[in-house]
Amino acid sequence: MSTSHSTNAGAPARILVDPTSEREPASKPRLPRLATLAGKTVGLLDISKARGDIFLGRLEARLREVGAEVKRYTKPTFTKPAPVDLRHEIAVECDAVVEALAD
Amino acid sequence: MSEIERPPLPNGIVAFVKRDCPTCEVVAPVLRDLAKRVALTVYTQDDVAFPEGLEPVDDRALEMSWHWGIDAVPTLIRVEAGEERERALGWNREEWQQLTGVEALGDGLPDWRPGCGSLSLAPDRVDELRARFGGGVLRSRRIELADLEDEYEAMFERGWSDGLPLVPPTEQRVLAMLGGTKRAPDEIVAIVPPDLVPCTVEKVAVNAVMAGCKPEYLPVVLAAVTAVCTDEFNMHGLLATTMPTGPVLVVNGPIRRAIGMNSGMNVMGQGNRANSSIGRALQLVVRNVGGGRPGEVDRATHGNPGKLGFCFAEDEEGSPWQPLSVDLGAEPGRSTVTLFPGEGPRNIMDQISRDPESLARSFAACLRTLHHPKLLIAFDCLLAVGPEHARVFEQAGWSKAQLIGRLHELLQVPGSEFVRGAGGIAEGMPEQLKDVALPKFKPGGLLVVHCGSGAGLFSMMIGGWVAGDLGSKPVIQEIES
Repeated sequence: MSTSHSTNAGAPARILVDPTSEREPASKPRLPRLATLAGKTVGLLDISKARGDIFLGRLEARLREVGAEVKRYTKPTFTKPAPVDLRHEIAVECDAVVEALAD
Repeated sequence: MSEIERPPLPNGIVAFVKRDCPTCEVVAPVLRDLAKRVALTVYTQDDVAFPEGLEPVDDRALEMSWHWGIDAVPTLIRVEAGEERERALGWNREEWQQLTGVEALGDGLPDWRPGCGSLSLAPDRVDELRARFGGGVLRSRRIELADLEDEYEAMFERGWSDGLPLVPPTEQRVLAMLGGTKRAPDEIVAIVPPDLVPCTVEKVAVNAVMAGCKPEYLPVVLAAVTAVCTDEFNMHGLLATTMPTGPVLVVNGPIRRAIGMNSGMNVMGQGNRANSSIGRALQLVVRNVGGGRPGEVDRATHGNPGKLGFCFAEDEEGSPWQPLSVDLGAEPGRSTVTLFPGEGPRNIMDQISRDPESLARSFAACLRTLHHPKLLIAFDCLLAVGPEHARVFEQAGWSKAQLIGRLHELLQVPGSEFVRGAGGIAEGMPEQLKDVALPKFKPGGLLVVHCGSGAGLFSMMIGGWVAGDLGSKPVIQEIES
């Protein structure tokens, strides 16, 4: 008796209940690009994947050549997001950060 | 449930009736008598001309009947200062006289006669009424579709789908789904990764509707959502990994039979609504509430078809061993869901072995290859032993612990075989481990479940991804009604 596009009440389903989080993603503007690396502090975040330390070691040497300060950080495991305290520490101590993925 | 403001009843005596009820017909003269002696208001559910001579209030929309919870007609209610003081169902002379304070009611009628069901509870009306008058309990945004919009296409366009059509989550269906649990719609079930969104029972119900669940499956979905959102299960990492893994659900306990789950033939395949839709509902919650979508946080290189939903039940009745849930610490007889972070299932075929040692060796040889024969300790495994294989162990008197113990012994691999370069294969474990033997699985990393049909000398293995504290651990959750 009902049409193919009907609900169990027999009327077409014209109002749906939103299945999502209904969140608007928070957007933050990017910081302006650094004009120079000289004298700036660059954080290097090792996410604990294999050989990430080797990649970051090369990067550290190159950054020091152009006069940057370098601070090294390590995530406890690559499988989980960085702990909030670590993210805050990097934000406070550095002007820029490089997060390294390697395998 | 949240309180909804209901329309007030007038003070005095209130009656709810319908013409299509012999008892209401019988008491019509009593109501006419009462109308002369007390302040009486009659609500009629089906015919504004009934009862004759009383000018009843039209409640054919059943709004008053719904809000005042009328179960049967006739119902008589005494109202004072807008509050219900007393209620009588059906015809009962003594009760009616006491409730109204009027003597000698219904001369010539029997003392007692049961009423009929209220139209507000009629099976073909109740879902619609719940949506119309009870929809206030739903907090989610309502999305109105344009007249020319096809609701199935609209759901795809809004990004809600896993690639297959969804059941439109109408208010009626969501409210009916919420009938599957005693938990309040606004209760927070879990904080869902990756967006870390507090997820209510209602949001789980909406996604369960879309997945094709019946209301009685909802408690399983709710338990599964709770389990995947634990730090131990690490759903964020499981989503983000390039490995082909997703949540695998194993259901134990009486709820398997109560909701008609499959634990036998084609247990990991298609064709059973509960198996197929429960796993799908969980994944839709992760997608729509948590924001975990392929190409975004989900970075799987290949994925696997089980990521649409991979859920099955253990065959406990046919098993020679205790169920997986009990292995993981649950009390026997409790309904649970165990979440395993797993890839697609692979067959272990051995049609010749009739002694347990030979079959265990077959298992070990196949298990060794999970992900890579030279990669050890890093991954767990869910081993689903088929009934015909289980019988081989049962007849030899092997317990489950004995089988697992033997597999661990057989899966001790010498360093010379697994280090990088060994066997002419660059992949492998670091060179400094060449003089030690390592196990394929860490202790506790091999879970055994019993399922499948009674014909076929097969078992299945489901590999995990990064195991333990560094990655994900299996998580068991009791299912609440």
